[in-house]
Amino acid sequence: MDLALNDLGELIATALPNEVTATGVANGELAVSVRSETIVKVLTFLRDDVNCQFKVLMDVCGVDYPDREERFDVVYNLLSMTHNQRVRVKIRTDEKKPVPSVVSVFSSANWWEREAWDLFGIYFSGHPDLRRIMTDYGFEGHPLRKDFPLTGYVEIRYDDEQKRVVYEPVKMAQDFRSFDFISPWEAMDAPLPGDEKAEQADDAAGEGEG
Amino acid sequence: MSEKQIKNYNLNFGPQHPSAHGVLRLVLELDGEVIDRADPHVGLLHRGTEKLIEHKSYAQAMPYFDRLDYVSPQNQEHAFVLATEKLLGIEAPPRGQYIRVLFAEIGRELNHIFTVCAFAMDIGAMTPMLWGFEHREKLMEFCERVSGARMHMAYFRTGGVASDMPDGLADDIDAWCDEFPQMIDDFETLLTENRIFKQRTVDIGGLSAEEAMDWGFSGPNLRACGVPWDIRKAQPYDVYDKMDFDIPVGKTGDCYDRYLVRIAEMRQSLRIIKQCVADMPGGPVKTDNHKITPPSRGDMKQSMESLIHHFKLFTEGYHVPAGDTYTAVEAPKGEFGVYLVSDGSNKPYRCKIRPPGFAHLQALELVSKGHMLADVVANIGALDIVFGEIDR
Repeated sequence: MDLALNDLGELIATALPNEVTATGVANGELAVSVRSETIVKVLTFLRDDVNCQFKVLMDVCGVDYPDREERFDVVYNLLSMTHNQRVRVKIRTDEKKPVPSVVSVFSSANWWEREAWDLFGIYFSGHPDLRRIMTDYGFEGHPLRKDFPLTGYVEIRYDDEQKRVVYEPVKMAQDFRSFDFISPWEAMDAPLPGDEKAEQADDAAGEGEG
Repeated sequence: MSEKQIKNYNLNFGPQHPSAHGVLRLVLELDGEVIDRADPHVGLLHRGTEKLIEHKSYAQAMPYFDRLDYVSPQNQEHAFVLATEKLLGIEAPPRGQYIRVLFAEIGRELNHIFTVCAFAMDIGAMTPMLWGFEHREKLMEFCERVSGARMHMAYFRTGGVASDMPDGLADDIDAWCDEFPQMIDDFETLLTENRIFKQRTVDIGGLSAEEAMDWGFSGPNLRACGVPWDIRKAQPYDVYDKMDFDIPVGKTGDCYDRYLVRIAEMRQSLRIIKQCVADMPGGPVKTDNHKITPPSRGDMKQSMESLIHHFKLFTEGYHVPAGDTYTAVEAPKGEFGVYLVSDGSNKPYRCKIRPPGFAHLQALELVSKGHMLADVVANIGALDIVFGEIDR
């Protein structure tokens, strides 16, 4: 299986030398990284090429890496029923750089791209109807970004005096508790009190031998 | 008499309409009674599951999957558990895999009974709902006996299942498999050749195979269009490769074919359940790697190491090696995929859930355009929409 996937990866890389930046097989799955502005061409090739036949776009999703220069990954999961294979196409982008929409290639991309726009703020240029889809009408922000707090910023309740639902800033009775589970044994670089002598002793022994 | 220009009529369908299957708000543009445009507004049940999962350990994240498609919770758990196992590089022992397949198929029965009955009720047939729910209740009792919960089982765990089946359960499931075909026959007597039912479903919402693929269809809705694609056969997981079953396909992809495919799938699921019960091997139900699965209660009282394992598992959880995977299972509604990204910590870095219903609902305008208002209801019922999974 991995061999066939390696071959397929090579085939895609040779057919699209200017578009593909990397291919790799991990966990029995093929991932192809491409340059973001060429995504329409790549997906059209994957859909129409005789050896690929990836006719179904199963999923489009964003992944946020805030520390990176281009913080977002956009991941396209494709399925070829003819060859019984899957491929994952990845591109990188940031808050400002628009990604060409692939709705013209796969109709199903419409809502997936709307979702990625809603939850991450990834802008898809040429999308026919880029509205929010998951969040509330009039919602602000992009909740799946890593810098968006889990609790959000506003909460709603029904106000009996005003006879309507009102938005208020979130008030938490208790702060959200987040533990880091890095073990003190693994995380600590500094030697424990007393341990520095052990190292010195080791060094001295080593020198003595040399 | 001069000709009068009639303006199109906008209709808000839902979110509280009983045929909206939950909280679908559908903005319809009607030309007389004919659908011109259908714009589904989803997200009214959005709970931020993916965000919540990023803040939970892997074991804590798993029960969220029950709450997606609450009509067949087991199958979702299965997808997440398989994705985690893939990243960890472990496998469940044979008995654990058999139990998982057994309950995944029970989940499929639960779902198809509900879908067929609710679909029939949407278009005016009351009786199947009343009959079908009796059998759903029996299946939920099986779930309760094995996990303690009727719906939200949280039974499939990374590396196997939570606990072994109690004595006698396998026999009871087997006995149920013998009595249920009679119920399927009764459904068919009521619906399959029913004149009113056929008038409401045949040639409603038909779809070609190419269109279905273009719109990301999967599961029974895709098979109704004549595409014999089933992940259980094509990319088998757990012990599906040892199971003998057929893939029913339709022809036209209309509401009637979708119904027929589901009825046929119920019979095939029964075959798989029977095989699971008959072939189930003995042995452990979860891997003995106690860095991932908790040790037994008895061991904990005896051995210090087991106690430490237990404490570490239920506070810190297990760390999953960095990497990503897209793992899909054949859920009753179609391909349920989990795109799991791990950064090597004890919490998923990103967990994208690919619900099948999202793609199906997206095509609602395509299948409803040019049909009557009442056919939208038939289409929603036949597409098998559940908002727990679509809105996440």
